[in-house]
Amino acid sequence: MAPIAGYRRPFLRTQPDYLWPPYRSSIKRAPSKPLVYLPHTLSEVTGPTFEKEIVDVKACDLTKQHSAAPLGERIIVSGRVLDEDGRAVRNTLVEIWQANAAGRYLHKRDQHEAPLDPNFSGNGYTLTDSDGRYRFVTIKPGEYPWRNHVNAWRPAHIHFSIFGPAFATRLVTQMYFPGDPLLPFDPIFNATADELARKRLISNFDWESTKSEWALGYRFDIILSGREATPMEG
Amino acid sequence: MSLQATSSQTVGPFFKIGFDWLNRNDLTGPGVTGERVTLSGVVLDGDSKPVPDALLEIWQANSHGKYAHPDDTQEKPLEPGFKGYGRIPTDDQGRFRITTIKPGQVPGPDGKPQAPHIVVSVFARGLLRRLVTRIYFPDEPANAGDFALNQVEPARRGTLIAKKSGGQAGALEWNVILQGAEETVFFDC
Repeated sequence: MAPIAGYRRPFLRTQPDYLWPPYRSSIKRAPSKPLVYLPHTLSEVTGPTFEKEIVDVKACDLTKQHSAAPLGERIIVSGRVLDEDGRAVRNTLVEIWQANAAGRYLHKRDQHEAPLDPNFSGNGYTLTDSDGRYRFVTIKPGEYPWRNHVNAWRPAHIHFSIFGPAFATRLVTQMYFPGDPLLPFDPIFNATADELARKRLISNFDWESTKSEWALGYRFDIILSGREATPMEG
Repeated sequence: MSLQATSSQTVGPFFKIGFDWLNRNDLTGPGVTGERVTLSGVVLDGDSKPVPDALLEIWQANSHGKYAHPDDTQEKPLEPGFKGYGRIPTDDQGRFRITTIKPGQVPGPDGKPQAPHIVVSVFARGLLRRLVTRIYFPDEPANAGDFALNQVEPARRGTLIAKKSGGQAGALEWNVILQGAEETVFFDC
């Protein structure tokens, strides 16, 4: 095979460190030894691909997965998945999960005293189109308390999982909402040192996708690692 | 135009809501060739406590050493029944079990074939980014010359190599130790 072009490494401070003591769960789970640098091989520049057949059309509308509509404010969350060169990442799997409008997850370990909603499961998935676009209809998730520190509250957020073209581009992140007063106090959001990188985790209110008489739109673009221009030499 | 990759954030404790629909802990199926292996293990934290809210994702070549991906241009056969992707959450005891086949060798950047291996992403509450590691196979002569294993100090290479477990053919044990003296090797990748 011809030499392989790897994927780019993150810009300084734009990704969180593993050990971030303000986020208590990282203390016993972060590796203590330095990571071992590994140039990308065929194993890292390939990765799973998913076909349209696996994607249920209903999976991108979280308000239509049950017999009635869920409670809460209906919203449209859309955007594009791009690489660092601005190129669309096509046909890639985007998965989301979230709390309901009251800030409760449909999960046995979520003991927050807020109601479950029988009409809301809180998960969705879709494939990006040929322009890298995705679109979900959901409800705005509630904020909720957690036990990280005294009076700790998570800002409203939606979890996102994206594969991209290769094992090297796999990303799991969280999308936040503009103007959320809890953001400055959230250790997870603030784990990324670079301020601009942090701000890119906040979606933008979007007139373009807002649907009259129906739902507000939020836009969240996701950028995956770009490819090195030149193949690595052996 | 140069954009910057979006920051990673933790999967948190409730990722099963979003991920369970695609769980896959058995990669074998009709028409899949190769030596069947079962990888069992546990994910442990820095206090050696099991991690019940971790998720492994694996990616591997088929038994011919071919990835089901367009960037693998090797002239080797694809098997329609083998996709090479697995997604395995840990159970309440932090345990996992994967049934698959031992992959064939794929080329390495030094021109030599890499030893058979599976690449692994580890996600968990507490991990702000995924961890990346590899699973290698016991009694495999190619391990000695493997490109990635040779990036690792010899004393730690063993954390990447599964061990034979019990007497059953193909039964292997491989654990993920997130932190501590026996910490698994994780790659900057």
